[in-house]
Amino acid sequence: MSSLLEVDGLHVWFEPPHGPPVHAVQGVSFELEPGERFGLVGESGCGKTTTVLALMGLLPPNASLAGQVRINGTNILARGEDSVRPYRWKDIAMVFQGAMNALNPVKKVGWQIAEPMTFHGIAEGNAALKRAGELLELVGIPARSAERFPHEFSGGMRQRASIAMALACEPKILLADEPTTALDVMVQAQILELLTKLSDELGLAIVLVTHDLPVVAQVCGRAAVMYAGEIAETGPMEALYHAPQHPYTRLLFAATPDLYGEDAVTSIPGSPPRLDRQFAGCPFRPRCDVPMDRCAHDHPDLLQLGGGHLAACHRAGAPSERLAEAK
Amino acid sequence: MSDTQAFVPPASGSPMPGPGQAPATADAPARAQADAVRTAESATGAPLLEVRDLVTHYPVRRAMTAALARRPRRFVHAVDGVSFSLGRGEMMALVGESGCGKTSTVQTILGMVKPTGGAVRLNGTDLAALSERQMRPMRRKVQMIYQDPYESLDPRFRVRQTVEEPMLVHGIGKSAHERRELAIKALEQSGLTPADAFLDRYPHELSGGQRQRVAIAAALVLGPDLLLADEPVSMLDVSVRAGVLSLLDNLRKTADMGILMITHDLSTAAHFADRIAVMYLGRIVEQGTASAVVRDPQHPYTKALLSVVPKRDPRDRSVPQILTGETPDPVDVPSGCRFHPRCPIAVDRCRTDDPAFRQPAASSAGHRAACHLA
Repeated sequence: MSSLLEVDGLHVWFEPPHGPPVHAVQGVSFELEPGERFGLVGESGCGKTTTVLALMGLLPPNASLAGQVRINGTNILARGEDSVRPYRWKDIAMVFQGAMNALNPVKKVGWQIAEPMTFHGIAEGNAALKRAGELLELVGIPARSAERFPHEFSGGMRQRASIAMALACEPKILLADEPTTALDVMVQAQILELLTKLSDELGLAIVLVTHDLPVVAQVCGRAAVMYAGEIAETGPMEALYHAPQHPYTRLLFAATPDLYGEDAVTSIPGSPPRLDRQFAGCPFRPRCDVPMDRCAHDHPDLLQLGGGHLAACHRAGAPSERLAEAK
Repeated sequence: MSDTQAFVPPASGSPMPGPGQAPATADAPARAQADAVRTAESATGAPLLEVRDLVTHYPVRRAMTAALARRPRRFVHAVDGVSFSLGRGEMMALVGESGCGKTSTVQTILGMVKPTGGAVRLNGTDLAALSERQMRPMRRKVQMIYQDPYESLDPRFRVRQTVEEPMLVHGIGKSAHERRELAIKALEQSGLTPADAFLDRYPHELSGGQRQRVAIAAALVLGPDLLLADEPVSMLDVSVRAGVLSLLDNLRKTADMGILMITHDLSTAAHFADRIAVMYLGRIVEQGTASAVVRDPQHPYTKALLSVVPKRDPRDRSVPQILTGETPDPVDVPSGCRFHPRCPIAVDRCRTDDPAFRQPAASSAGHRAACHLA
């Protein structure tokens, strides 16, 4: 039995006009069941957004892909971007970062929500506009607002409208790329509550891309921590927070202030490696606080730790005294 | 312009004129006066920054017909009676949603916007009463760090130029060599070491955290008493935020500065600020030490804000108390308590009486809230 979404060994390379190709995503695999909420976290430039854009077939022309993305067992990347198009919006939809830029400023909001329905032959004309109104109601905006333009909406309303647009063709999978980053805490809470409700009630599977670990901790059941285009650690959220096996996961949590946390907040020295060159060994080694000799030349593969918990660290599974101490 | 006043780097204390150096420039008397005022005031114990009943209103543009019909002018009540004070070496966080007046408050303190009413006193001097010329030396004392270091740095300026420009504007440093030395000192103070390696770089060659440190160095080079930081880390990567915040935390101690930080992130405020002031619709609705506000909130708005902050621990999923709707239009401020239309516990009295800003019975000293029911 195949899962709703299976990403299997996804690679993405970008060919810049000058210089060597950038290996932005390096063998990412994860799967998703209906109604599940999965977080994709990491610093900027670690490949989170590139991964979800690849799933939507929205990468720029200078990108090349390898690996499989299967929806209910069918590989949608089989013939490159062309084979994604029938699935885009219909099976897999996306809410973009910065909703203000995702909406067309000169088209009424209702029309923009109706457009993908027309394209996929789900509804046309007035029926599509009526459905757009219903979708706006679903995300908590009065249906009559369909007649308004994006600039008449507040930031939170625009983000809701772009969620309504993504839901237009009743997708099974929703990719949400930093959906709350530009929003206030109260509006963020409203949007997160809406996403949670949609997955609980409609069985929508959600991939939540964010750099904000507490948001993922509160919303998602499972998550993957990405570093340098790879998954460094993945598993149930509880395991990632309470028993992280990759130093990067532990350090990311330590860099995030908690409202009631007493422990010092510490930054992670250094910056992620450039992805336009091959590196030997573990990509996190230069920033790791517990490196070993073998990390310099031996690339760690994702190791099964049971219960869906995997980590790409030579220390994973057998926590050293120092790692335990650091916790 | 030539200025003979010695520049004393921020770390080494107050920038008083060096011995044997006659003030020779036009604004030197003003500066000497300002310094004299400051010395007098610090002796009397006036706080570094004192904001009293600050009001900033912006007129709403009227349609021509409205103007002809002589309909009354309407105003955006951006800041509507804000009072607080900030001491040296202290960090205070101003938190609240967009449009609550945080940024207008800071812009008024900076003198970018003229206050409609109230006073902003820096070391006891009322800034609104100063002329442009008298204001100039004061501006040096109040510096600003902006949210987005990708926008706030001139992309065609090398780091050296960015850090030296404020010195040229304010006539600090006698020679190019001296300015270079001061720039290096400020960069190293901001954690960019060795500074030599950064001087000739352009912003695009730096990471977000490094850019924000350059912006901080450009502020430090003037030896400010007060640093205003508008969301200083919200555009930065999680991994470097703590570093920039710790830098600010250290600077206020080593450089004896007061820091007023605007943020919407209560977790950051709780960790790094000494005191928190929560703003809603142009007013401070609750103020106190960071731990008192976070652990013992008195105002229902503060309680709601705290409840929606996501916690790091996935097991710690408290039920968020989500307020419906958004902040009301600051042109039509609600009657009585301005929070009552969204307040979950509002009673009749809240619709008519504006609550006083007072210390709730069971709270610690200095903890105040504007709520009838606190």
